[in-house]
Amino acid sequence: MTNFNLTPLPPYSFTWGLRLMRRWEVLLAVLLLLVMVGNSFLSPYFLDPYNLADATANFTEKAMIALPMALLIIVREIDISVASIMALASLLIGLAAEAGVGVPGLVAIGLLTGLAAGLLNGTLIAGLGLPSIVVTIGTLSLFRGITAVVLGDRAITAYPEAFTDLATMKVIPFVSLEFALFLALAAVFALVLHGTVIGRRLYAIGLNPTAARFSGLNVRRTKLVLFTLTGLLAGLAAVFLTARIGSTRPNIASGWELEIITMVILGGVSIAGGAGTIGGVVLAVFLLGMAGFGMGLVNVPGIVMSTLIGLLLLIAVAVPQLLARFRRGGEG
Amino acid sequence: MTKFLKTASLAVIVGVLAMNSADAADKVRVAMLVKSLGNGFFEACKEGGIEASNELGNVELIYTGPTTATAEGQIELMNALIAQKVDAIAISANDADALVPVAKKAAERGIKVISFDSGIASGRLLQLNPSNASLIGQKQVQMALDAVGKAGGDVAILSATAQATNQNIWIAEMKKELAKPEFSSLKLVSTVYGDDQADKSYRETQGLLKSFPNLKAIIAPTSVGIVAAAKAVADQGLIGKVYVTGLGLPSEMKGHVQSGATKSFAIWNPVDLGYTAVYAAVQFTKGELKGKAGEKVPVGRMGTLTIDDKGEAAMAEPFTFDKDNVLKYAKYF
Repeated sequence: MTNFNLTPLPPYSFTWGLRLMRRWEVLLAVLLLLVMVGNSFLSPYFLDPYNLADATANFTEKAMIALPMALLIIVREIDISVASIMALASLLIGLAAEAGVGVPGLVAIGLLTGLAAGLLNGTLIAGLGLPSIVVTIGTLSLFRGITAVVLGDRAITAYPEAFTDLATMKVIPFVSLEFALFLALAAVFALVLHGTVIGRRLYAIGLNPTAARFSGLNVRRTKLVLFTLTGLLAGLAAVFLTARIGSTRPNIASGWELEIITMVILGGVSIAGGAGTIGGVVLAVFLLGMAGFGMGLVNVPGIVMSTLIGLLLLIAVAVPQLLARFRRGGEG
Repeated sequence: MTKFLKTASLAVIVGVLAMNSADAADKVRVAMLVKSLGNGFFEACKEGGIEASNELGNVELIYTGPTTATAEGQIELMNALIAQKVDAIAISANDADALVPVAKKAAERGIKVISFDSGIASGRLLQLNPSNASLIGQKQVQMALDAVGKAGGDVAILSATAQATNQNIWIAEMKKELAKPEFSSLKLVSTVYGDDQADKSYRETQGLLKSFPNLKAIIAPTSVGIVAAAKAVADQGLIGKVYVTGLGLPSEMKGHVQSGATKSFAIWNPVDLGYTAVYAAVQFTKGELKGKAGEKVPVGRMGTLTIDDKGEAAMAEPFTFDKDNVLKYAKYF
């Protein structure tokens, strides 16, 4: 069916918008560097390998979901039900753990729950042609609601040690299994988006869905696959989060969807679709993660942190717009 | 330009690393990690924590908590506190189990962890409870007697639901107290259940007032019930004849204390709780206490805590609020 063409695109084939995004990444990299330097000045505990390794655990699960979310936003869709998918997956992992299922089974259940939830979103959106924001607002409440009804005021905490060890497992010193997995996934996503014809199709759909459809691209099937993929990775994130905290409560991962979308938008993915890179998203993940960890080290209250991150996001959205306007103004 | 930036920042990083190794921290740094920020109860705990650190001297208090009351948020903050190598952490947890692994990690790195208010299951040296059942039962019966005077009379209990675990334990303790000679003038005539709903508690109180014309006091060991009972007494024009007491929140009860429907009520004092938590956490950093059963922890003006066989300790009997102090605390909780 799909013909994989792994030759990288020649640089001149990028649109000017993409070139702008490339510069956006340079800006992100500089910001990240500034944050690292600033943090080391503010706190003597920042540049400590143990601490930095601990810090990655705070954002890795969100970062995993940011990857497929970037693809969704590139094709002009969005999934705001991801944190609720995580809650549902964590619930089923928990019920299975209580029933005595082993570790491979628990991981499989987490992944399958995510996959099924994503497939449901995808079917409603791509199959019935419903707007993704409406469908995923619905499934956001639905999945979280099921979790709350089943759990009531109870928490599932009966996880076997072999399962919770997944969260602390290190592949090499200081690099946890989940962080290594995120890096590997990011490499695969970057390769597919920027180095294959699949990636080019995604940009084409994002830039103009109608034109893409008339050019013979199967827009519906692509979207169905992307929503399913997003669900699958939300399931994977749920496996690691559940293992890390060893407890499932109805409010698990609540509010994460906004943090994940923040990573994607700050990473330079255009909310209007058609533009953005995985490199930018990965840089934004680290920028937000390091800024958050640094502020935590000097005990900046969470509400101030949210305010600063909100400001950063507004700047991220406004700057490309202003630059584009400036450019247009200069031409005409 | 980029090359220059890279070189410059590398130089800066190296310089900072050199500086940091000379960093000396001789103050005892204690973190109070609460369920969420912007919660009046914990703001009051913080006041107490500041009081304890000023009293002990040489203590730096870090007050922190997530913006929403989740376990994930607290774990993130625990990681930040571990990274800062604080000396002690006093936590009120959003999840008794989810915080255990990170608390154990803190302990491995030499940080003394205690929990207060809402405890964690293990991995802490001490769980500080604001009070215990027998002190709570005793306090409420004492307040009822103080309200009606030496002559005594009929009393009734307005509880939450008939299955409410805490309330049932407290009611059992109250009955034990009422059996003692010093409370023999009080006669318990009825126990009713308002299910912690304002309207049902109100109707149950009306029922009590009709069925027992000689009723002198109503004890409501629930913050919903006590407000509804005081309102029912006021609405029936029985202020001065029937007194309401029990467990309530100053912000909700201030009006009824001022009207006279309630002479006094009680609840754990969050200022004292924060004071005791920080004071105890500092004691653990001295290295002699291990959190074993029977150990005694000195906690300044709050006396001494005795650790029980579950690693828990009770702070004190509930704190009494009356017309002299209710307004001061009403702004916190």
